[in-house]
Amino acid sequence: MAERLRDLLGIEELTAQQIAFLLDEAKPFQEFQRHPLKKLATLRGKTVALAFFEASTRTRISFATAASRLGADTMNLQAESSSLKKGESLLDTVRTLDAMKPDCIVMRHGSSGAADFVARHLDIPVINAGDGTHEHPTQALLDALTIRDRRGTMEKLNVTIIGDILHSRVARSNLHLLGKFGCCFTLCGPPMWLPREFECLGKQVRRSSRIEEALEGADVAIVLRVQQERLHEPALPLDEYILLYQLTPERLKLARPDALVLHPGPMIRGLEIDPAVADGPQSCVLEQVTNGLAVRMALLFVMITTGSEADEAKGSAHAAH
Amino acid sequence: MLLIKNGRVVDPASGTDAKRDIWIEGDKIARLAPAETSKKSPASANGDTFDATGLVVAPGFIDLHCHLREPGGESSETIETGTRAAVRGGFTAVCPMPNTRPVNDNASVTRAILERAAAVASTRVWPIGAASLGSHGEGLAEIGAMQKAGIVAVSDDGRPIATAKLLRQVMDYCRALDLPVIDHCEDSSLFAGAVMREGRQSVRLGLRGMPAATESIAVGRDIQVTELTGCRFHVAHLSSRDSLDLVRAAKKRGLRVSCEVTPHHFTLCDEDVAYDSRFKMNPPLASAEDRAALVEGLADGTVDAIATDHAPHEAATKEVEFDRAPFGVTGFETALALALELVHAGKLSLTRMVELFTTGPARVLGRKRTIAAGEPADLTIFSTDHPWTFHVKQTASKSTNTPFEGRKFRGAPMATIVAGRMAYRRET
Amino acid sequence: MRVVEKTQLMSATEIERTLQRVAHEIVEKSGGTANLALIGIRRRGVPLAQRIARAMHGIERVEVPVGTLDITLYRDDLSKIASHPVLHSSDIPFAMDDKDVLLVDDVLYTGRTARAAMNGLFDLGRPSRVRMAVLIDRGHRELPIEASFIGRSVQTSSREIVEVRLKETDKEERVMLVERVE
Repeated sequence: MAERLRDLLGIEELTAQQIAFLLDEAKPFQEFQRHPLKKLATLRGKTVALAFFEASTRTRISFATAASRLGADTMNLQAESSSLKKGESLLDTVRTLDAMKPDCIVMRHGSSGAADFVARHLDIPVINAGDGTHEHPTQALLDALTIRDRRGTMEKLNVTIIGDILHSRVARSNLHLLGKFGCCFTLCGPPMWLPREFECLGKQVRRSSRIEEALEGADVAIVLRVQQERLHEPALPLDEYILLYQLTPERLKLARPDALVLHPGPMIRGLEIDPAVADGPQSCVLEQVTNGLAVRMALLFVMITTGSEADEAKGSAHAAH
Repeated sequence: MLLIKNGRVVDPASGTDAKRDIWIEGDKIARLAPAETSKKSPASANGDTFDATGLVVAPGFIDLHCHLREPGGESSETIETGTRAAVRGGFTAVCPMPNTRPVNDNASVTRAILERAAAVASTRVWPIGAASLGSHGEGLAEIGAMQKAGIVAVSDDGRPIATAKLLRQVMDYCRALDLPVIDHCEDSSLFAGAVMREGRQSVRLGLRGMPAATESIAVGRDIQVTELTGCRFHVAHLSSRDSLDLVRAAKKRGLRVSCEVTPHHFTLCDEDVAYDSRFKMNPPLASAEDRAALVEGLADGTVDAIATDHAPHEAATKEVEFDRAPFGVTGFETALALALELVHAGKLSLTRMVELFTTGPARVLGRKRTIAAGEPADLTIFSTDHPWTFHVKQTASKSTNTPFEGRKFRGAPMATIVAGRMAYRRET
Repeated sequence: MRVVEKTQLMSATEIERTLQRVAHEIVEKSGGTANLALIGIRRRGVPLAQRIARAMHGIERVEVPVGTLDITLYRDDLSKIASHPVLHSSDIPFAMDDKDVLLVDDVLYTGRTARAAMNGLFDLGRPSRVRMAVLIDRGHRELPIEASFIGRSVQTSSREIVEVRLKETDKEERVMLVERVE
C-alpha cells in the first residue's frame, strides 16, 4: 500500500508506487466526468483554498471545478487583487487563509520552493500547482495518465520534450515522473535553455539542439510553451524559434507513427506547434484537460479524507453495512 | 594585571608553539616565560589568574570582513550586539564593511562608528571605508579623510567596485595612502537575478544560478588593474577554484594580492541548498570541487585569511520565499569551531589555522600580530576539544540567520582578551 | 484488535441454495423482469449479484443486466477509514432511467452502505424502483432501510462481525460469525 501523502510538493520525492496509486484513483473520476449529474457529496463541508499568486486561468479553473464536483467549497485568492500588492508577505497571506480553516491549500507561485516554504509553516496539506520553474506535479500526473490510457503503458517509452527546458517546471516534473518508470528522455531546445546539468536529473537523459534528431523514434513528444513572461533576458527572436523548433507535421513524421503529442497549454498555434499537429489524431491536448480534472479530483479526495490509526483501518474491510 | 597561566602558546609570528605563562599589564603584554616558572615568582598582588591549562593561547583573532549594520540597520544588529557575538567567537578585532545607512563614505560616519564602538564594543573595531561615494560606483569617496579618521581599508562591499576605470582610480589613490583595496568580486551581468550557484542543484531546484565565472571574471579584471597600479589588493570572500588559481598565479608574479575565505564556503557546498534561506548568501555556496580547492588553498598559503562575512538579517526578512530572501548568514560564533573541523580532519595544521585568523589578516592590513612584550594584549584562548552544540537561541547576535543551527562541534573559544581586559569567558 | 471465530452461519452448500431461493423470489415478486437490473455493491455484492443473475437465467431464461457499484465516494464515514481510501470504478453498462433496480450486497447492518449506494444510483439517473437483496440481515439498523429479499436473518451483538467469504473473492466459501476481542 502506498505511503501516505501529506503534501504534494513535487514528483521528485514520490515513489513509483505512490504515483501508480494516484493514477489508479483518478480512473473512477475520469468516468465520473461522463455522469449526467457531476456532483458528489464526498467532500461536502470541506474547504479548498486556492492561493494563486501567479496568474493562471486553466489550472485554477481545473482545481476549482474538481473541488466543486466533489462537493467542497473553495476560497479564492488571486494575485491581481491580492494583498501581496500592498506589501503583505507570502507567509502572512497564507497564514491569514489558514486562520479561516481550509482543509487544504492549492498553491501556485512564481518562486521556486514557495510551496515547500509554505508547507513548512502550515499543518494542512499543501498541493503545489506550480512553483516558479521547479515543479508542476499535477501536470505530470495528468500527462502520465494520458500517456498510459492512450498507449496502454507509461513504462520504458522514448520521450522527447521540446522548448525552454531550463525554465520549465513541466519539464522537470515530467522528467522525474516518467523517469521513475524507465523512460528515456531527449530534451530539445535552444542551447542556452538546455544546460548540461539536466542530464543528471535522470538515468537516461540526453540533450539535442536539433529537433529532427530529437524526434527520431520518439513515442511521446511534449511541446512546451514559449514562456515570454518568464524571459527577462535577451530572448530568442520568435521567427528563429519557429524555424528551428516548431513541431510541424513533417517533423512529427520522424517520430514513431503512433507517437503522442502532448502540450501543457495554453498553446500558441503557429508558434511552438503547427495547427495541423495541434488538431491532428496524435494530439492529446483535450484529453489532457479532462484527465487534469480527474487527477485533481483524485488528489483532493486522497489528501482531504483524513487518515486515522491502524486499528480503525483494519476495521474497514468489514465496515458498517 | 592579568596572568595567563600554562597555556599552549601558538604564535606564528615568532614560531612559538610551547607552554608559556603570560603577564599582562594595562593593555599591553608585559612578559612571557616558560610555563610553571610562576610557581617561583611571587603571586601578583592585585591581579587575576586565568588557568589556560589544556588550552591554546593565540594572538587575538582578527575578522577582516563583517557587517555590524550600525548606523541604519540596527533592527538586525548593532555595534554592541555584533561585537559581543564576535568576542564570543574569539575575535579581538573586527572590520565592519561600509554598507551601512548612511554608507561609511566620509569621515563623520567613520568617526560616529568609532565613537559608538569606544562606548559599547566588546572588540576593537577597525572600519573599512567605501571606495566610491555611497558605493554607487561613480565618484571617489572621501578616502583620505576617512583614513585620518581611522579606516583600515577601502571597499564597496555589498557590491563590486563598479568599473575597471573606477577601480584603477581608487587603486592609484589608495596606493599613495598605503591603504589596501578590498573588492567583492562579481560580474553584475552574470549575477543578475541569480540566487545560488549554477549547477546540478540549481537546475534541480528550479532556482536561477550564477556560474563560477561570475566571481573569477572580476578577480581577473581586478588583478590586472592591480598590476597596472601596484596597489595592495584583497579579494573578499573568495569562493571558487578558478578565482583561487588566479590569486595563486598573481602571487607567483610578485603582485601584492591577498584573499580571504569564509567558514561557510570551506564547510558547505551548493548541494546543501534546498529552499532554506539560511543557506542563501553572496557569493553563494559553491561546488564540492571548489570547496576542496579552498581547503587546499587554506593549507598551502594561497589563502591569507579566514573572514566571517557575518551578515545579520532580521528574521522576518529572511523568512520568505528563497528568491526574495536577502543574501547573508551570520558567522562570528561558529568560525573557530568550523576551522577546527579542518584541523581535526588533518587538512590544516593548528599553527596554520591560527595564522589564518591572526598574522594573515594582520598582514593584509599592514600590521603585526604577535604575543611579545610590548605588544597589545589581545589574546584568543580556545580549546581544541571541548564538545558543544551551537544553538542559535544562545547567540549574542540580534539575528539568527545561520546555516549551522544544531551543529555539534569539538573545540571552542574559552576566553577572549581585548586590550588587556577579559572581554569574554565561556560559562562551563 | 483480534477476532475470534464463534460459529459458522452458512456453509458453501447453504449459500448456493439460498441464492437459488432468492433468485426465485425475485422473479416471483417483480411483476416481470423486462426492466430489472442487478447492481452488486463492491466488493462481495458483485459476485452475489452475478450468481443471482445466472440463477435467474436458469429459471426464466432471462438475461438480467448486472452492474457493479463502488460506494467509496458516497460514504459518510470517510474520515474514519484507512489513510487513503482506494477507489475503484463503478461499472454500470445500462442507462439508469426507468430501471427496476435490485441492489445486492452480502450483509445488511446499519443501512449506511445502502444509503450511499442509493446516492450513487441517483447520480446516474432516475430508476423507477430500487429494492435490495442481501445474503445476511444482521439487524441494528441506524437508518430506515429494509431489504426486500433476505437470505437469512441473524441476531448479532455489536461486538460481533458477520464475515462472508465467497470463492470469487476469498479462498473459501462460508459465512462466519466472529467476535472482536480486545
